[in-house]
Amino acid sequence: MKAKINMEKDKIALRVKNLTVELNGQVIIKDLSFEVKKGETLVVLGPNGAGKTTLLRALLGVIPYKGSITWNVKNTSYLPPNELLQRREILPLTVEDFYSLKDVSGETVIESLRSVGLDGNLLKKRIAYLSTGQFQRLNIAWALVDKPDTLLFDEPTSGIDIGGTETIYSLLHTFWEKYNMTIILVTHDLSVVWEHADNVLCLNKSGLCYGVPQKILTTENLEQLYGTGVKYYHHHRNK
Amino acid sequence: MITEKIILAILITASVGAVAGYLGTLMLSKRMSLVGGPLGHITLPGITLALLYGFDVSIGAFATLIFGILLIWFFEKKTKLPTEALTAIVFTSSVAVAFLFLPLEEVEIALIGDISKLTVLTTFASVALSIAAFLVVRKIYKKMVFAAISEDLAKSEQINVDRINLIYLLTVAVVIGLGIRIVGSLLTAAVVAIPAATSKNLTTNMRAYAYGGAIAGGLAGILGIIAHLLFSIPAGLAVIIFSSILFLGSVIFQRNE
Repeated sequence: MKAKINMEKDKIALRVKNLTVELNGQVIIKDLSFEVKKGETLVVLGPNGAGKTTLLRALLGVIPYKGSITWNVKNTSYLPPNELLQRREILPLTVEDFYSLKDVSGETVIESLRSVGLDGNLLKKRIAYLSTGQFQRLNIAWALVDKPDTLLFDEPTSGIDIGGTETIYSLLHTFWEKYNMTIILVTHDLSVVWEHADNVLCLNKSGLCYGVPQKILTTENLEQLYGTGVKYYHHHRNK
Repeated sequence: MITEKIILAILITASVGAVAGYLGTLMLSKRMSLVGGPLGHITLPGITLALLYGFDVSIGAFATLIFGILLIWFFEKKTKLPTEALTAIVFTSSVAVAFLFLPLEEVEIALIGDISKLTVLTTFASVALSIAAFLVVRKIYKKMVFAAISEDLAKSEQINVDRINLIYLLTVAVVIGLGIRIVGSLLTAAVVAIPAATSKNLTTNMRAYAYGGAIAGGLAGILGIIAHLLFSIPAGLAVIIFSSILFLGSVIFQRNE
């Protein structure tokens, strides 16, 4: 309780201290500490197997962990788009059915669809028959329909082309500006960092680097994170 | 002429077929349709005991099924072997043990079911259990679909996935136990798998899919009993043959949009 009061004063949405996650006897994350301010966009970067998804799962409290995770938010929404994309054909679910899983229906659904540029006529269409781009838009609308103040997004653009990727991040940026949401975003995509991140967490079991992109994304840090030969030519973000 | 036995047979096959089809739509979404087969085989020792000592086969089937599921769960915790491997071990052992004691003249009943000895009490108990299982599945249906799409997502929406999975597994055990009477231990996968597949081919939304499974299962039950009466073929086989015919029809008339 004391921690929560301090966090409200500090405007901190999430405080992680000495987080260690061990799955099947293997240490996935070791002694990780960081904070996320309210309204901040934190991008979690790292190679495959670095523990990015595991970190999100620990933050959601769906796997066991050691250390402390303290949230100071009202309503969190989580989206694993790649997993949804792979499993959208297992049932004949329409867009309307998909929303009904969150007990949302009627006019709210239409408004939600329109907010991401999708037509209300898609309501009766099976989600398996949406294009990948439409499905990713639907995911965003669906994640935001119960007006969360915090969004946890795991690889939102995997499996879609460059144009689609741009659209997804522009949409996320629009919602971030409109609702001042706190966003924690896992991605491989370095360009996203400069475009959208307030802070970056480079993950390779323990936090390899953490801070504002301008200071953190050095060639040395990236080489240490991904191995040799990684360079990033950045351009500045217009926020 | 419609006798009491015919009415009882139609009541039991229609209700058990419908709930099995309804539950099957969830099993299909969790890619568990084939599990009905091994689970059916696990019931064989219980059926054998029931036939030897003269008590109800569904009670025997249900008891050994619960025991088998607990055994698989225990071995899984102890050994970390995949569930499918442990299921194979438990169900083949069950079949072997059952056949050591199963009287030769009762083999057909154990394997493909028998509805000739139905009583009013067992029929109404089966119908009541079918309705109860249907209501339980309806209660957890959306949550199970949520968890089938993404377990983490379901948990993040405060759904107690472990609890609903346990309820779901117990319901599967009850429905398999009921299905044993009609189709025997050999063919239980059919009563959950075929109607669900038929419904998936013909429906375009979740509600229609779920109830479509129930309708396909119930209809196959009624048609199977009629065929059993007209052509004197075993009821369990007739139910499954009609279920397969409905599936073939769904392949021809399937809706893709």
